[in-house]
Formats: sequence, C-alpha cells, structure tokens
Amino acid sequence: MEWETVIGLEIHAQLRTKSKIFSSASTAFGAAPNTQACAVDLGLPGVLPVVNAEAIRMATKFGLATNSEVCKHSVFARKNYFYPDLPKGYQISQMELPIVGVGSIDIDLEDGTKKTIGITRAHLEEDAGKSLHEDYQGMTGIDLNRAGTPLLEIVSEPDMRSAKEAVAYMKKIHSLVQYLEICDGNMAEGSFRCDANVSVRPKGQKEYGTRAELKNINSFRFVERAINLEVERQIEEIEDGRKVVQETRLYDADKHETRSMRSKEEANDYRYFPDPDLLPVVLDDVYLEEVRKTLPELPAEKSTRFVNDLGLSEYDAGILTTSRELADFFEAVINESVEAKLTANWIIGDVSARLNKEDLSITDCPVSVIHLAGMLKRIEDNTISGKIAKDVFDGMWKGEGDADTVIEKKGLKQITDNSAIEAIIDEVISNSPNQLEQYRSGKDKLFGYFVGQVMKASQGKANPAQVNTILKDKLK
Amino acid sequence: MSLGSDDVKSIAHLARLEIDEKNIEEHAKTLSSIIGLVEEMNAVDTTGIKPMAHPMDISQRLRADEVLEENQRELFQKVAPETKDGLYLVPQVIE
Repeated sequence: MEWETVIGLEIHAQLRTKSKIFSSASTAFGAAPNTQACAVDLGLPGVLPVVNAEAIRMATKFGLATNSEVCKHSVFARKNYFYPDLPKGYQISQMELPIVGVGSIDIDLEDGTKKTIGITRAHLEEDAGKSLHEDYQGMTGIDLNRAGTPLLEIVSEPDMRSAKEAVAYMKKIHSLVQYLEICDGNMAEGSFRCDANVSVRPKGQKEYGTRAELKNINSFRFVERAINLEVERQIEEIEDGRKVVQETRLYDADKHETRSMRSKEEANDYRYFPDPDLLPVVLDDVYLEEVRKTLPELPAEKSTRFVNDLGLSEYDAGILTTSRELADFFEAVINESVEAKLTANWIIGDVSARLNKEDLSITDCPVSVIHLAGMLKRIEDNTISGKIAKDVFDGMWKGEGDADTVIEKKGLKQITDNSAIEAIIDEVISNSPNQLEQYRSGKDKLFGYFVGQVMKASQGKANPAQVNTILKDKLK
Repeated sequence: MSLGSDDVKSIAHLARLEIDEKNIEEHAKTLSSIIGLVEEMNAVDTTGIKPMAHPMDISQRLRADEVLEENQRELFQKVAPETKDGLYLVPQVIE
C-alpha cells in the first residue's frame, strides 16, 4: 500500500527580550543557577505577573510578517499541570484568544516550486525551568532561571507531506524570526525548538491517521531523521496489524530511535481557564500600524528584489536571503561596486563552503567585505583568473592581507600578454607531438588536454580565454 | 448535573489534593451544588453578550522591558527544604 505522511509543527521561539514575560528578571543565558529567578518566577504567594510590552510587540511583528490576523483582544490562560520545573503548578499561556490567529507562509521545495503552509495560530507563553537529573543522589536539581522566559509558540496546520517539507518550513520560520529580530535562533541553547505531530494514512484517504507527537527536537537534521523514523515505525505498526496510539514520543539521537515518553497513557487534562491575575491585552489599529512600520524587508521581498534588480537567479536569491546576515554581507560586497552575479557565485560557492568546513557563520568570516570585494575586482579586471582567485581567497582567509598583497606576494598575477602565452603554448605543442598528430587527425577531445598542459605550465596564471583563442589558432 | 465519587477522585488527583475516602461523598455533594448554581445561571439569556475573560472591564497595562530584579537566591533558598550548588532539590522525577 502507498502511504502518505502528514506533519504539523509546533515551533517554540524564545523571544529576545531583556527581561521575562511576566517579571523584571533577566533572561540572559548561562547565568549561575537560580540567580535570575525572582519571586514571580518562583511562584511565591502574593506575587502578580505584569506583561512585558516588548513580548507583545515581538509577537505582533510575527503576526504582521506572516499576514496573520493579529488579535486586538487576546487573553492569557492558565494551563494546569504539576512538574517541579513549573513552581506555580500552572503555566501562563494562551488558549482561546491567542495574540496571533490564522496566517500562512510560503516554503521553497527542492524542485524549485513553492508551497503555502498554513499557520493556525501563534501564542505567547512562559518557559519552564530546567530539571537536572544527574549527580544529586535520588534527588532532582531545579534551575528556574529559564522559568518565565517569553516563548512564541507557532502552530502550523498539518500541511506538510514529508520530512523534507517539515525541514523547509522550520528553516523558513527560523530565518523569519531572525530577520524580525524577535528570536536569536540559537538552537544549541534551545532558543528555537520544535515538536512534530506525525501521522500516516493510505494515499487518497481523507481522514487523518492517529498522530504521535515528537518532542523537543532542536536541530534541522534531527527533525528530518526523527520524522522519517517515526513514519517508518507507524507504517510498520499498521502493516503488522497493530494500531498507532496517540502519544508523546521522544527522539533519541544517539540510539536513533523514537520511544514513548509515558509508560501509562493518561490523557492530559490541563483545565485551561483565563488567568485572573492578568487582564485582556488590547491592541488598536494605531499600534499595529506603528509596528508594521518597523518591519524590515523580509526574505521573500529581498529575494524578489535580488532577482528583479540585480538579475540573480531565483535559486541564488533564495540562498542569499536564507539569513539576514548573509544577505547583508552580499549587499555590502556589491556596494563596493562588484558585479552581483560574480559576488553571488563566490558567496554561495567558495565562501559558504569554507565557512561550513570550519563551522563558522558569515558574521565570523575571516575575509572581510572589503577584502572579498577587492579580490572580485581583480577577477573583473583580469588581473587574476577565477581559478587563481581560489588561492588568493585562501591567502586572505589565512590573514595574509588583502587581495593585491596576496597576489603580489605569491606572484599570482594573471598572464595576459599574448606573446608570453604564445611562448608557453609553443613549448607545450612541441612537447606533445603524438597528441598533436591525433588532434589534427580529428580527435577534437584532445583540445582539453592542451589547455590543461598550458595552464599547468603557466601555473594556472595564463588567461583562460586568451589561451583558448591562441591555442585554437596554433593547433590548426 | 451531579458528580460521582470517581469524578471527585479524579479532580483531587489533578489538583494533587489528598482527600479522605470517607469524605468523598460529602465533597461530591458540595461540588455538585456549585455546578447546580452555575446551571441556574445558565437560565439567564445572554444572547449577543460578549463573554468576558475577566470580571473587570479594563485592559492589561504593559511593563517596559527592563531588568530590575537583582539576584536574591540566598534569600529565596532559605525557605527551600533542600538546595545544592544553587539548585532547588526535589524528590526525583523521571519521566
């Protein structure tokens, strides 16, 4: 039987506020345990939560950027459950009237087409603390620094049909929240994480199958793996005549398996009700307009501009706009009056490859905008070939100075003098009598051999276009 | 609508309240009478009236995003039953 996968994601984006959502304690990462957990965060009796205006503004920005309905009247509710990392016995969240309602976002699929993924809602809530299970002999250690950190939970419609689509959606949201400067996107520190609701159904069937929820996945790679693994497991269950049970499962990256998180399946009963400590949050049109004015150019708009104004391909524009930092770097280079396509090729190619290899982000790139632009100009004015530029780039990467310095020091200047190139070609031809004979008797493919030899003899410095022209002439 | 003893047990469990078996019937009666009161109120015609999320018809005041709290860990941990390395220690929870 052919199966169809159905996926919906719940993404938790930690908002970049300085203080917590309901208290004035700091949200900074990495402080000593419980030094940033104040009376409100600890849920001590008699305290009152007060909403952080910045959290509201950030959620509003997200709503506007995804063409979602921003609710002018939203309500905080208590979600009741007992766990020691949640000292109040309830989490303040939003249930019936979330701040962001229905919207959508377009994702880019591998075949170059776009797909619209529905956003069901996005609501504000407070994060819980952290439990540490090791090293406390039969006890659990609780650090409440993270308790009360503002989260925006972004809930998608079950619109994704493969793990790859889920990853594409997650990447899109990840990039968007960073463009909007509402989340730092740091997955290693847990600022951006997701739960995936996964189910399968026979292809063509209308009803959804029973879903399992995969919890707290914190990397793009793991999302794809965890979903694929879960899909395989569910299909196997059904094909073996068993049933998929609705449950929460944990993905274990080390063992590469998903496993049930609850031994006894007890339906959650959170008994949501409006939090009497908090009044409804009311926003008006003036406010929404003010926030709208602060929205930056978004990835999709930027990408369209790169295609229309700079003549880039949609593919290149898509890659360059995946992160705001990358797009900014690109624009800074072309502002040094370097041609856009050449710049795009280098940033997407050699620059990104080297950054990946050394696990660096574009903001840590050892080659500055000015240095890269300087090198690209030397390609444009034929001082160096694209191939030699790789050596120059390597030199700049290692801190040997700007392009001109590296070219000078390593003697990489391109040979563009016709007579010099002719001399090299003459020598190559006279050293290859057999190949010359074969070429002249019709083995055209050997042209490449001659080009290779000439480039080798000139240590890659001969201008390739000139080599081609002169070589053709001489081989006649 | 009236609550049975199973309802009372489950509500008590959700609220992590320990109740005496012999009082369950009494609890069921009192809780049922509260629900009875709500049912009585249901008789009021509320067509066209927007539900309120709070009895006070005002909106939330927002706070500027500023860090004003200082570290008071020592003070707070004085009332904790057990602490270590700055952490609050609780009976082990393993899920």
